[in-house]
Amino acid sequence: MIRFEPRTSVPLALRIGVPLGAVAAALCISAIPLAAAGAPILRAFALMAQGAAGSVFACTETLTRATPLIFTGLAAAVAFRARLYNIGAEGQLYAGALAAVAVGSGGVSAPAFVLVPLILIVAALAGALLMLGPTVLRVKLGVDEVVTTLLLNFVVLLFVQMMLEGPFKDPMGGGWPQSAPIETAGSLPVLLARTRLHAGFLLALVASVVAYVLIARTAFGLAVRAVGENQAAAGFAGIEVTRVMVLVGVLSGALAGLAGASEVAGLKGYLTADMSRGFGYAGIVVAMVAALAPLAVIPSAMFIAGIFIGADTMGRTLGVSNYIADLIVALALLCVLVSGLFLRFRIRFG
Amino acid sequence: MQAVLDIVIAASFWEAAIRIATPLMFGVLGALLCERAGVLNLGIEGIFTAGALAGWLSVYLGCSLWTGVLIAALTGALFGLLHAVLTVPLGLSQHVTGIGITLFATSLSYFVYRLSLPSVASPPTIQPFRPVHIPGLSDLPFLGTALFGQTPMTFLAFALFAIATFILYRTPLGLAIRAVGENPAAVEAQGLDVTLIRMGAVVAGSILMALGGAFLTMSAFNAFFFEMTNGRGWICVALTVFASWRPGKALLGALLFGAFDAFQLRLQHRIGGAVPGQIFLMLPYLLSIAALVTIARGADYPKALMIPYFKGQR
Amino acid sequence: MLAKPDAPVVLSLTGIGKSFGAVVANQAIDLDLRRGEILALLGENGAGKTTLMNILFGHYVADEGSIRVAGEDGKLVPLAAGSPQAALAAGIGMVHQHFALAESLTVLENVVLGTRPLRSISLDLAGARAKLGALMRDSGLDIDPDRRVSRLGVGEKQRLEILKVLYRGARILALDEPTAVLTPQEVDGLFVVLRRLVANGLSIIFISHKLKEVIAIADRVAVLRGGRKVADRALEGTDRAMLAELMVGRQVAPTRRVQRAPGPPRLVLNAIEVSGSHGRSGLSSVALQILSGEILGIAGVSGNGQSLLAGVLGGTIVPASGEIVLDGKPLRPSPRAMVQAGIGRIPEDRQHEGVVGSLSIAENLALEGLDRDGVQRWGFLRFAAMRRHAETAIRDYDVRCPGADAPIRLLSGGNMQKVILARVFERQPRVVLANQPTRGLDIGASTDVHRRLLAARDRGVAVLLISEDLDELLALCDRVAVMVAGRLSAPMPVQAVTLERLGLMMAGQADAA
Repeated sequence: MIRFEPRTSVPLALRIGVPLGAVAAALCISAIPLAAAGAPILRAFALMAQGAAGSVFACTETLTRATPLIFTGLAAAVAFRARLYNIGAEGQLYAGALAAVAVGSGGVSAPAFVLVPLILIVAALAGALLMLGPTVLRVKLGVDEVVTTLLLNFVVLLFVQMMLEGPFKDPMGGGWPQSAPIETAGSLPVLLARTRLHAGFLLALVASVVAYVLIARTAFGLAVRAVGENQAAAGFAGIEVTRVMVLVGVLSGALAGLAGASEVAGLKGYLTADMSRGFGYAGIVVAMVAALAPLAVIPSAMFIAGIFIGADTMGRTLGVSNYIADLIVALALLCVLVSGLFLRFRIRFG
Repeated sequence: MQAVLDIVIAASFWEAAIRIATPLMFGVLGALLCERAGVLNLGIEGIFTAGALAGWLSVYLGCSLWTGVLIAALTGALFGLLHAVLTVPLGLSQHVTGIGITLFATSLSYFVYRLSLPSVASPPTIQPFRPVHIPGLSDLPFLGTALFGQTPMTFLAFALFAIATFILYRTPLGLAIRAVGENPAAVEAQGLDVTLIRMGAVVAGSILMALGGAFLTMSAFNAFFFEMTNGRGWICVALTVFASWRPGKALLGALLFGAFDAFQLRLQHRIGGAVPGQIFLMLPYLLSIAALVTIARGADYPKALMIPYFKGQR
Repeated sequence: MLAKPDAPVVLSLTGIGKSFGAVVANQAIDLDLRRGEILALLGENGAGKTTLMNILFGHYVADEGSIRVAGEDGKLVPLAAGSPQAALAAGIGMVHQHFALAESLTVLENVVLGTRPLRSISLDLAGARAKLGALMRDSGLDIDPDRRVSRLGVGEKQRLEILKVLYRGARILALDEPTAVLTPQEVDGLFVVLRRLVANGLSIIFISHKLKEVIAIADRVAVLRGGRKVADRALEGTDRAMLAELMVGRQVAPTRRVQRAPGPPRLVLNAIEVSGSHGRSGLSSVALQILSGEILGIAGVSGNGQSLLAGVLGGTIVPASGEIVLDGKPLRPSPRAMVQAGIGRIPEDRQHEGVVGSLSIAENLALEGLDRDGVQRWGFLRFAAMRRHAETAIRDYDVRCPGADAPIRLLSGGNMQKVILARVFERQPRVVLANQPTRGLDIGASTDVHRRLLAARDRGVAVLLISEDLDELLALCDRVAVMVAGRLSAPMPVQAVTLERLGLMMAGQADAA
């Protein structure tokens, strides 16, 4: 007979080991679809590792891909801590990108040290405003924010398409629905010559640290954790639950908005409707693998990014569809979810 | 105004309304079943996709249409079983599990599609269900096209609604399902197995969801596209709340939504030009959010929704 | 109450043992139940009574031991473990302390639930209705079968629980703390029903921590303490003091309240109105004054508005009209305003409203004062100060715990309540609202709570005590008021009040003089 006994404390070794084990499990399970695609399994994983980190350029590609994932991962981590399930990072990201383009591609003329912060602030605001609606609906009316944020993602994407075919369309874009490029003054500088790694990565690191301090070391962070675990008790103790939730929602949306700004002003240079390859949803996986810890989001995002970049390379070489990456990431989420049981319970046999 | 009347009078409008409503009918019924038993199934969007692919692919590879439907149902059952195991006996977060299942089912479907059919210029097609011809009924002037000219799966959807309503309100099983979503302790105290009932409801609901997806690729259209479900699953979740978890209201909600969607498509044709197409496309999602908001205050939700039950938790 | 020593044994528990991790809930318990007798299972909160009954009914599986039940022919056969289905089939029925009812379904539906095979396509409500009607006539228990359970009063819900069990043909009934939510008159009514059932050949196990009732109803009593059975004897020739000592294991000194003259009113409620919902009463024209240096008690059966009153006083419910005045100044209804105004609140349900389980003891202590200097500076938490503070509280209140940083969910109910008391009293409140403060606590912990409330009162604090335990109210309070159907009676001095009178008032059948 198998018995589950609640643990009284969780050793650090387990706290790090279990999520890693879960991700490893996901990779192992992904051997099945790989085999079905006729790919030699060990070689496939080797190619993935090579594609993700096998050269300086590969590493920078991984870090570049990790940048938006750190932001959306933080957005999810911060919100989920308060049990506010923000699944709308995808839309908030695009909102932020649109705002960045509105300001940065000729809308405002200013030197770099003004334009760059302005772009970031506007993008953060756009994301925050977008999340404000669902958050308020949740605290005031009890409307499930998962459904509202999900539905809004579709709305935002349509809106962006509309803008890109209309007022935001680049007259010199050869007829494609894309925005005018961000001015040089507004672009985030590249960190390493001949790579695509840009300052957005550094911003993401800073955001992580700030989020960590906020959650773990401030009174506000304690309030967030209390509200997330037991809203009734937090409210009873005098914590203003509504205010905390709204602040968390706004912060979460802002972080996702920054992801959009970072992609548009640092990597792509202009906005298209297919800029994000599910970064918002991947952010949820990043956050869960990191057990909602802001600092752990950094390695988690790098790992997930590595899977995407590595799968691209492997897929091109072996002819495997790169949806394998999405598959691995989805499996990682499910495995991490189940692995949480090992952290909460001790398993006894006999 | 004239345009509105013109649209609403045509029998083809109502035929389209019911056709567009059909996947929503399956989805809402499925979501309703899961939630009545106390489990939120956010895997619906992914299960739609998986059902769509599984049914279509089977037919493409040579099965009959109804065999395809069966295979889609089986696919739904499998994903539903996964969701059920994670949320019922293991008691994991229903929100996160659901999102995980959606991501898993969607990515798996896309992967399998690419695996079976390497990129081609235009998506391959199958012979979908044809509209049914019932001697006598299908020749009626208005209803003939609107209602009795639908494809078999639409009739299946209506039939399933009737069956589900009967089961839920007139049989011991239905009573147990309703009770388990209100107070699992009450059900266990009467000697029933809460876990089995909840898991069964989730699997059954997931089968329905997969059928909704299968309708898309085997009836409404005849090919599988990426992003095919387009948020329909989330709309079904919203409609379930809007219908206060009652099958009658859910059916009405789905039909109204189908009518609205059919309406905005035709309106777009007539008005077109002036207003960008995306505005019309946004309306269904905005409408869903509005529906959620209006019903929110009075929502009479199953009391044990999203609360895991562990045996002997006293 | 005649003991029936030669009646056949219908139920036999042998060597039952059950542990939850390190906590031993039951140890080597033997128990026999004879036909036609009422066996009381007596013990304080936490002694293991409910665990034992849950094992009997199949909610839990025992680690050791076995259960045998008499079959049709009277011979004892083993009972399959861990299956309520098996227990029901063997004729065992349980009336749970926290009702196992589906609120949105009707009485009839709750009764019928699980009584027909799941694959059958008919509920046969007509047949069930007839059978239930006959049962109601036989047992003297009466409820409207088509009423929604959410609209039933507490006494009616209990009747429903009993009917459910009788409907399934139970011959052995286990009632878990059935009188906790009843008025004294309703308790008498219940006892009449129980005696009638026993006369019809049923056997009853009556679980309780209330001595008086055990003595009134039982033929035999088994006393549990710390998970073990410490006594098993006929009630004849047993007196209260002996049972009390067996229950607690030592002499129990009752808390002493010294008569004092109270001071001026501290907290005043005027014409408070709260609308009801879901068929439960709201509050209408509730007015009260709590004087400094007194304990004012509110008696009443749950569901009559006490939770609403506690909510209004605690700031979590905003009244539709009326005002709250503290020391002459009106108070805005919000938990934060209450905390800052120096009102200490002990919540009714410590797990749900009192503590946040995964946070540490230190963090829970800090929750009410997140803006204060002791907890934070410039918004940043002062961990060392918080820990020091928690260690002081742990020492002063004798909290048994692994340490100030341990998650609070590891603590027992009594120790959790101590932390809550520490949090309440550290701010030196001028008013304290205690809502069912000893619910679920053992005698030692309860006595501790009583002591602190009395000490606060002696210091001049105005204390409001809402409690279902009438004995507790009579022992601690200076004045008592009764809450019925959302209305509050005028408070009466405790000397002018008896248990019977309180009971009548709680049932709405008498007025304050």
